[in-house]
Amino acid sequence: MAQGQMAPGIVAGRLSSDELTSNFTDLHPPLAPHEAAVAADRCYFCYDAPCVTACPTDIDIPLFIRQIQAGQPQSAGRTILEQNILGGMCARVCPTETLCEEACVREAAEGKPVEIGRLQRFATDDIMASGAHPFERAAPTGKTVAVVGAGPAGLACAHRLAMLGHDVVIHESKPKPGGLNEYGIAAYKSTNDFAQAEVDWLLKIGGIAIETGSVLGDSISLDGLLENYNAVFLSIGLAGVNALRAGGVEKDGVRAAVDFISDVRQADELVNLPVGRNVVVIGGGMTAVDAAVKSKLLGAEHVTIAYRRDRDAMGASRYEQDLAASHGVRILTNVQPVAVHGNGTAAEIELEYTSSQNGQLTGTGETIRLPADQVLKAIGQTLDGAPEGLTLDGNKIAVSGAGRTSMSGVWAGGDCAAGGEDLTVTAVAEGRDAAMDIHATLVS
Amino acid sequence: MADLTTNFLGISSPNPYWLASAPPTDKEYNVRRAFEAGWGGVVWKTLGAEGPPVVNVNGPRYGAIYGADRRLLGLNNIELITDRPLGVNLEEMARVKADYPDRALIASIMVPCEEEAWKAILPRVAETGADGIELNFGCPHGMSERGMGSAVGQVPEYIEMVTRWCKQYYDRPVIVKLTPNITDIRKPAAAAKNGGADAVSLINTINSITSVNLDTFSPEPSIDGKGSHGGYCGPAVKPIALSMVSEIARAEATHGLPISGIGGVTTWRDAAEFISLGCGTVQVCTAAMTYGFKIIDELTAGLSEWMDEKGYSSIDEVIGRAVPNVTDWQYLNLNYIAKAKIDQDQCIKCGRCYAACEDTSHQAISMSEDRVFEVIDEECVACNLCVDVCPVEDCISMVPMAPGEVDPRTGKEVQPTYANWTTHPNNPMAKAAE
Repeated sequence: MAQGQMAPGIVAGRLSSDELTSNFTDLHPPLAPHEAAVAADRCYFCYDAPCVTACPTDIDIPLFIRQIQAGQPQSAGRTILEQNILGGMCARVCPTETLCEEACVREAAEGKPVEIGRLQRFATDDIMASGAHPFERAAPTGKTVAVVGAGPAGLACAHRLAMLGHDVVIHESKPKPGGLNEYGIAAYKSTNDFAQAEVDWLLKIGGIAIETGSVLGDSISLDGLLENYNAVFLSIGLAGVNALRAGGVEKDGVRAAVDFISDVRQADELVNLPVGRNVVVIGGGMTAVDAAVKSKLLGAEHVTIAYRRDRDAMGASRYEQDLAASHGVRILTNVQPVAVHGNGTAAEIELEYTSSQNGQLTGTGETIRLPADQVLKAIGQTLDGAPEGLTLDGNKIAVSGAGRTSMSGVWAGGDCAAGGEDLTVTAVAEGRDAAMDIHATLVS
Repeated sequence: MADLTTNFLGISSPNPYWLASAPPTDKEYNVRRAFEAGWGGVVWKTLGAEGPPVVNVNGPRYGAIYGADRRLLGLNNIELITDRPLGVNLEEMARVKADYPDRALIASIMVPCEEEAWKAILPRVAETGADGIELNFGCPHGMSERGMGSAVGQVPEYIEMVTRWCKQYYDRPVIVKLTPNITDIRKPAAAAKNGGADAVSLINTINSITSVNLDTFSPEPSIDGKGSHGGYCGPAVKPIALSMVSEIARAEATHGLPISGIGGVTTWRDAAEFISLGCGTVQVCTAAMTYGFKIIDELTAGLSEWMDEKGYSSIDEVIGRAVPNVTDWQYLNLNYIAKAKIDQDQCIKCGRCYAACEDTSHQAISMSEDRVFEVIDEECVACNLCVDVCPVEDCISMVPMAPGEVDPRTGKEVQPTYANWTTHPNNPMAKAAE
């Protein structure tokens, strides 16, 4: 028997298994072939298309949509994957509303862009369902490259290197490859264990070995890698979580949103996953939205996103904000946490209203208290465990050109590297481009 | 509300929309449904001579061409004339006509090119009370291989001969249906007129293969792996039909000959265009086969509303209004000079105009880094391709230059006078302007 939304504290089984299954189905169900044909017919095949310019991986979008129109989704899939080997995941998780679909001329014309993301999924699903891998390796170069981190940047880099004839060993600290695709993406965006299926499919290129449980600074070191490999690509992500500066954050019930999301992604049975009755998520990015929506889908009664600036400043797109709102998440802006109250366990959160002047945020002194048996911190991740000796740019690894770090033979990309947005699609582009640069260096 | 009542060859119908001779008019059941829906008339599916009925294929009879969202743009068929006994058809026609005296009922006929054959069938058709006959000289498939249909329509002498027989043995209006599968539509039309035809109807369907199956390499529609050309119709053929209708309407030999227009009539607008090019009625088939008989509500209401807007009170006032404006290329005004103009407020920056002009035309559109597209008047010949490929209606327009302005492309002043090729200095055959 489901416990229901009203059960106090952080408990499992608020909803029945059936309800949970229904809640965690695809956010955007795949297009049926006729739907895809109709959606594809809306593309104008623009000259020097703005959608391509807006895509971090420069996918030739009008071409792949025309290939769908012309009845060859597999060719369309290849067009996508040539530029973005994780095109399947990107079709699911890209914030298309701020990328290609925002740039679509039909968005300007009628507020309804061509459904590029769903069409991309149609094409990539088709090619992946065929089981075949569309790319072949070039003749072996005899070179071996170490990739640290099996997230989107690392996988994209490894695939491109393998395609060019190099051997690749990916060192991954977690038990499974995929990085945030596996541990971080909203579950309702990547269903049916797609992340692992995509990794398995990607590895069919051959020449890529993955060593899990291989931790930089622990079982491996950058110096050691440089000795044993011809080049190193660092795609270690942002393993640290920013600290929340408020009283009582050590109380039970307060945790990082990324850990909560990871638990949801890794849960064998969602019905066993505990969630609070009153959940407050601190932050304003996509992680905050993901954690808030997931809490709601798990059966929390009240879920609030508390963000210290105004709505326009939120990292989550307006589409994501609306998604949260449509699931019944309340978005509270211009509030910052002061303290978590409760006797050893979170019971309430105290928030102070803020005002912003010339970008400087100050508390107004006025506070409110919200019931909060679970507080999820989504105030950003930070670089953790970067090897000594690398120049940093702010809190990230400094890079120049196609991911070259300050150290010879070492490239970096993805969230750990400076520059670019922290998006899957950006990570793929950086991994791919670094691979091309590594290749050019190794064969010169 | 404008009156849509039509009087064509003395045959009255409440509106100018007739269902063409085709599957929708093959039997009493369909025709009654059509009349109940509001259709002005029907041309009954073509009758053949007495004898064993015609046999049709037992596989696909139709093939199609689609636009976006499987919108049917062109339909092709290999169905023959009615495959029901002549007597059954005649009985049904008589019953329907008796019950719907205000609607037009025309019998389409196709029998061998022998006087006896026509002499035999015409009195039996007359007995049904049908308002007239239409001679099917158009079907391009099947029957044409047996010396009928378009095999007759392609030989003006046969048209004239058979028409004459019909006028001799039948005392009501005779309409000759023409095939477009010829080089000059004016010849068969003139032959029909010479034979005494009261009107022509056109176009019948066009020889066509809709597609080839790339697995079996059979043309579509495919019958057991083989295909035969069929008759093409639907929205895609309208421009061909309009041109042929206009040729007959303005040719000296056939000017004034009543025309029943056929070919892709899908909305009221298509009908208005056919009528303005000289048609007294229009015949519809593919649109009805695609959407059902209910489209008649839009067809009639739309035509009526347009006529009200324009101040026309009867169909007769519209017939032929566009005919004087159909001319030969050599008479087009070469002093008329226009330039494309892009409305920047409406432009959605797709760049299709740029691609079309830059790759395939006159390099007369510029593109800036921030995707502003502008016409280069020095290069623009006003070809209209940018207008045609622009996805936004009225975003690009062709603006005529005023007399006295200087065309930046030629450096010459725009002349207020009319001048055409016949008097152009580059024309070696030019006559001095009078």
